Amino acid sequence: MSSNKKYWKSVEELNQDNSSMVEALKHKEFVQEIPVDEFLGDKDTLETSSTTRRDFLKYVGFSTAAASLAACEGPVKKAIPYVVQPDQIIPGVANYYATTIANGHDFASVLVKTREGRPIKIENNDLAATNGSANARVNASVLDLYDSLRVGWPKKNGEDSSWTEFDADTTAGLNAAVASGKDIVLLTQTFASPSTSKLISEFKEKYGNVRHVVYDAISESAAIEAYQNTYGERGLANYDFSKAATIVSVGADFLGDWQGGGFDSAYAKGRIPKNGKMSRHIQFESNMSLTGANADKRVPLKPSEQKVALAKLYGKITGNAVSGNLPAHVEEAVSTAASELSKAGSNGVVVTGIQDVNAQTVVFAINEALASKAFDPNTPIKTRQGNDKAVAQLVADMNAGKVGALIMSGVNPIYTLPNAAEFESGLANVDMSVAFSMKENETSTLCNYIAAAPHYLESWGDVELKKGHYGLMQPAIRPLFDTKQFQEALLMWNGNDMTYHDYIKDNWANNILNGGSWNQALHDGVFVGTSSLVEDTTDSEAEDQTPMDASTAARALATSSSSGFELTLYSKTGMGDGQQANNPWLQEFPDPLTRITWDNYLTVSEADAKELGLDLAPSTFFSQSQHDATGGLNGKYANVTANGVTVTVPVIIQPGQAKGTFGLSFGYGRSLGMKSEMQTGVNAYPLYVNFNPVQEVSIEVASGRHEFASVQLHNTLMGRGDIIRETTLEVFNTKDKDYYNAVPVVSLNHKETPVNSSRVDLWDEFDRSIGHHFNLSIDLNACTGCGACVIACHAENNVPVVGKEEIRRSRDMHWLRIDRYYSSEASFEGDNEKKDNIKGLGSSLSTFGEMESPAANPQVAFQPIMCQHCNHAPCETVCPVAATSHGRQGQNHMAYNRCVGTRYCANNCPYKVRRFNWFLYNGNDEFDYHMNDDLGRMVINPDVTVRSRGVMEKCSMCIQMTQKTVLDAKRDGRVVKPNEFKTACSAACSNGAMKFGDINDKKSDIAALKDDKRAYHLLESVGTKPNVVYQVKVRNTEA
Amino acid sequence: MLLLCEIFITEYCSICMKKSYQSIEGNLTNDMKQVINRKLTARSLLLGLIFLLTFSTSLFAQDGDPAKGKALFNTNCAACHSLDKKMTGPALRFVEQRLTNDEGLDRDWIAAWIRNSSAVVKSGDAYGNKIFNEYGGAAMTAMPQLSDQDISDILAYTAQEKAAPPANAGGATAQTAAQSEGGISNDLVLGALAILFVLLAIGLIMVNRTLRRFAKANNVEIPEDAQRKPLWKAFVQNQFLMLVVAIFFLLSSAYFAYGYFMQLGIDQGYQPVQPIHFSHKIHAGDNGIDCKYCHSSARVSKTSGIPSLNVCMNCHKSVYEYNGETTAEYSKEFYDAEIKKLYAAVGWDDDNQEYTGETQPVKWVRIHNLPDFAYFNHSQHVSVAGLECQTCHGPVEEMEIMYQYSPLTMGWCINCHRETNVKVKDNEYYTKIHEELSKKYGVDQLTAAQMGGLECGKCHY
Repeated sequence: MSSNKKYWKSVEELNQDNSSMVEALKHKEFVQEIPVDEFLGDKDTLETSSTTRRDFLKYVGFSTAAASLAACEGPVKKAIPYVVQPDQIIPGVANYYATTIANGHDFASVLVKTREGRPIKIENNDLAATNGSANARVNASVLDLYDSLRVGWPKKNGEDSSWTEFDADTTAGLNAAVASGKDIVLLTQTFASPSTSKLISEFKEKYGNVRHVVYDAISESAAIEAYQNTYGERGLANYDFSKAATIVSVGADFLGDWQGGGFDSAYAKGRIPKNGKMSRHIQFESNMSLTGANADKRVPLKPSEQKVALAKLYGKITGNAVSGNLPAHVEEAVSTAASELSKAGSNGVVVTGIQDVNAQTVVFAINEALASKAFDPNTPIKTRQGNDKAVAQLVADMNAGKVGALIMSGVNPIYTLPNAAEFESGLANVDMSVAFSMKENETSTLCNYIAAAPHYLESWGDVELKKGHYGLMQPAIRPLFDTKQFQEALLMWNGNDMTYHDYIKDNWANNILNGGSWNQALHDGVFVGTSSLVEDTTDSEAEDQTPMDASTAARALATSSSSGFELTLYSKTGMGDGQQANNPWLQEFPDPLTRITWDNYLTVSEADAKELGLDLAPSTFFSQSQHDATGGLNGKYANVTANGVTVTVPVIIQPGQAKGTFGLSFGYGRSLGMKSEMQTGVNAYPLYVNFNPVQEVSIEVASGRHEFASVQLHNTLMGRGDIIRETTLEVFNTKDKDYYNAVPVVSLNHKETPVNSSRVDLWDEFDRSIGHHFNLSIDLNACTGCGACVIACHAENNVPVVGKEEIRRSRDMHWLRIDRYYSSEASFEGDNEKKDNIKGLGSSLSTFGEMESPAANPQVAFQPIMCQHCNHAPCETVCPVAATSHGRQGQNHMAYNRCVGTRYCANNCPYKVRRFNWFLYNGNDEFDYHMNDDLGRMVINPDVTVRSRGVMEKCSMCIQMTQKTVLDAKRDGRVVKPNEFKTACSAACSNGAMKFGDINDKKSDIAALKDDKRAYHLLESVGTKPNVVYQVKVRNTEA
Repeated sequence: MLLLCEIFITEYCSICMKKSYQSIEGNLTNDMKQVINRKLTARSLLLGLIFLLTFSTSLFAQDGDPAKGKALFNTNCAACHSLDKKMTGPALRFVEQRLTNDEGLDRDWIAAWIRNSSAVVKSGDAYGNKIFNEYGGAAMTAMPQLSDQDISDILAYTAQEKAAPPANAGGATAQTAAQSEGGISNDLVLGALAILFVLLAIGLIMVNRTLRRFAKANNVEIPEDAQRKPLWKAFVQNQFLMLVVAIFFLLSSAYFAYGYFMQLGIDQGYQPVQPIHFSHKIHAGDNGIDCKYCHSSARVSKTSGIPSLNVCMNCHKSVYEYNGETTAEYSKEFYDAEIKKLYAAVGWDDDNQEYTGETQPVKWVRIHNLPDFAYFNHSQHVSVAGLECQTCHGPVEEMEIMYQYSPLTMGWCINCHRETNVKVKDNEYYTKIHEELSKKYGVDQLTAAQMGGLECGKCHY
């Protein structure tokens, strides 16, 4: 409040006449000179002073102590209630809104959890039947909302501007472009939005010379083109892997981002053995992908060979012989795959990730020949619409000066285009360039105008995920900044004074809802309609799109060959196309396969690494090379050259990488609009020439040594079958439980007694049959290793981000980690046999040494590990201050305020799940991640303590969620419903791998799962009696 | 008849809102014409009224009981009407007199209006329409349940003269004056006593001196005190006593130091000055408003919630002044000023009865602060356990200024959990677990502790 009152300290001040005194006081607090010299200047007095230096220090000490005691008063805290409290907000109670993420790379129907009006977590929308549950990146997207480096308001040539100015200037610019006869180009991400398409067509009508170019950073153009050639419409064929008994994938990482992703939950359904059956999955690929890691049979081969293999597969299934050269073992694998597919008939399905129209066409032909039930060409996926040719044409036109106005939204071509330099020079020739962007990134900083764009949680929108399947996007928070969405600007340019919300509502009422309720659709977030309304607003030049003959295509494929090294560019589970690179959760998210954080790298097979000298010698006692003294992983650098572009990347040896091939992920190496800590890795896009992820490259060793931050240094299972138990489908179906899932036995009175018997227990069992008893079941068959649970756990439990340096020192804070194990032999069973055959000490030393290195094409297993909540917990017995104790409901409690940080518990934990706060991670400039700024801290879950330095923490089995469920039931005076209990990880797992619940409630799923014949406890022989139960992994290895 | 009609017309024209007075006056002639045109209807209406009157005079003639009227007024009318202030509806003091004098409307009209105002408006009644439009086209709630007697009671109440402002203020000042007088007299007595004592002491000393002088003069030997050790010296030289004292001193200082350290961070009795002097005594005590009317989220949420200002305005839209008991410190003017602070914060223009939209959220000083690592849920205690708010918050209804009643320490929580039985009645959640657990522990009633209420993880996560 401002006030015009005059305040005065003395009468003199009020009566300015007598101002000498006031003036003097104004300049000097003490009018008389302070006699400093008198008591300091005289050396003699100082020396003879009775106060010696020591006495002085004593006085200081006492007075400090006294002052601090006197200051032991709590700070005054303020509480500011709403002036007018919104009806739907009750402080302390979370609200959920259904919305849809559509950032051009990730599309999913999600629920947003908001507390007091701020979104804090993304959850799966159970109503969304359409593919696309929240993956790790979508789970992390809520943190992007609170990115402190977002652009808060429009900018003009780097200077702050206003929307009024922006509106006037851009409208003038558009009119000027029309007047000059130049093109107006809209270069956008894939919106897949019916309303945006309608807006763009209206925009076209108004300005005439408008082109809409859709650009996907990681293109699926070939697949779209093939689909268009075959089925006459731009889209991607849909697959439902739950309907497939035999899945053959040639280079398709369909558990990753292949064709928009979101196929994993359906796939996982078929992977759980039921009635003696589960799906069989054969994977042909060069990089070790998440999909390959989950396959029953994985065949590593070069990308050029993949084409031949696919052609041969086609030949064998359709009976049109296709010639071509393949290595003998691949040839054989292809024949087996073909015969299995033929046997499976309509239960088989083939997919491919080869970016080649011929390959995609051939796949359609194979699936049609099989009459595959899993293959659905009728409801195409709309979430990838990028057109490479149109983008290339645009760059040419820009350089030719044909483009008068370029308006971009959701794209960052300077970063993602392989020919970014051309684009940049072209951009200089464009009269007016506008970028709708949340960041001052590589592209937007070069544009005339940066239109500050809102995050999807602040926006309205609609998405057609696949034909007839819609999602609605609604804001879950008021815009944090002065932002405007692209669609609002289009409305403004079109001279339409509607809001985008009204526009969507109108469009839906007229064209989509078909009499359905808007409010219901908005509530559900999803709507299944009938007609497709995403008009094709892109103007692909009318080519002769004659349906391509599959056999011709196959013959063309079969001629593929390559002599040199082949590089396959891929998108990483944690980083996608790189637009979320400033997200610390995702940076710290360990890659499911390499377990490396904060980096991208060149994956090289061990054989190639040895040949090219890219490997480091294993560290010994005397020399540290591969690992340094703290265990940090090191790697060499390599110069990778393709089409005259060279990038220097660190090298990691990837088991399972096909010989003669390399892999490198997109999404890293960004520098603008990023915190310095987050500027990691190397940009792979310059190698992505012609939008072809497969490039022939040459490679040479570069100098230097790279420091990786890896959270798992141990690669193989070493034949320890009690950690990951696995068996084959054949054994599972024919043998007894004791054969593949035996309870370990110990000797009691010279009799073998199972460890779970109460007679071999040190402890008296507490009766847990009363009340709730929580258990978590993890199905190793359904877990694909996608990591959505890891990020969900981060978001729910305020897990701090510690940074690359700390991770390298093994100080990661993940409460939930997904361990990945390779087999040393061709299979884990081979490992077990090898270990069992060790005889004598000499043999054991050498054999164990050998077993540490994974096979060239190993089997892979993922195992999510969190606190096992042992009923007989070793950590609880050693805590000197009883900070960790056991609850009746089975949870191992951790009272942070009681913990003094001795770390005995972590020492005594057989599962290594306890995490120590070495530093204060919130509000600390040394850890400049989201918890260091007010904006980033808005994501913090108010129901969970933010831990401080010197405190041990670990998975709490989401006790805040189980307590919430219990308390709600008490409040409503009802019993807890079966399967009502959830944890963050079990709620995030759309694959059904994680099931949580109360085993005392016999109606819940978990009660049955706990006693399933596949159920086992981790390290059961230790006798900890965990409350986390794993389900034996069953592989369908039969031919 | 004609005369009546004339009165009707003139009254109609002269009644108008103060602010629109001028414009209406300007249109006087036009309006007159219009009404004259409607003479016939007016006449027939009046005929009807007279007809009615003849039959109901007996009923209406009797005067109402103002006391009953007050009660009726408060239940039925006070939400929108005040006697002296324009609120949602017009001020009602002397309404009958005013309507009769100014408008020529009688009690029949008033009764009809009260029972169903929208019918009156629909009938095209001029004054009715005017009032209807003046107050934003919102129809008054129909009160068909009010009998003629009720209406005359209410009207009797409205016809009372405004009571003189309570003599409280004057009384209070008189009281303070008396108090201060008392204070002065006490001081005087004390002062007099002190002087008396001083005089006595001087007198004694002088007597002593004179006696000594006499003794000296008479050569009387005054035996000198033997060279006795002073007591303190003896004490200091006794090592055992010194040791005991030292131990006692150390122990007691340790005791007080412990006591001091244990109360650190415990804000029992914390009573900060709030930006608006909100008296729980007046609201919860004098007026008996339920705690959960304002702190409504205590029923469903972990936080009890500080009421948003719109909740205050539910009542304070009509309660614009304080008329309860006052003291010297808290006078009517003081409380009224606090209500004005609320209006400023919420952006309420009391004169025009509308929101200005300019708000200043109130920054209350938080009294009950639990540390972040402790989880407390109000709804569990309020809704599930059915505890009274006073159990933890103390006699809030007597607190003029709110303070922290309980220590809010963990020991305090635990103690209550140990002693309090879980309220299981009519709560299906507890049926099974209570049956099993009470059998296990062999008790009839389970305490919160036996139900698991002492586990660390129930409050710390």
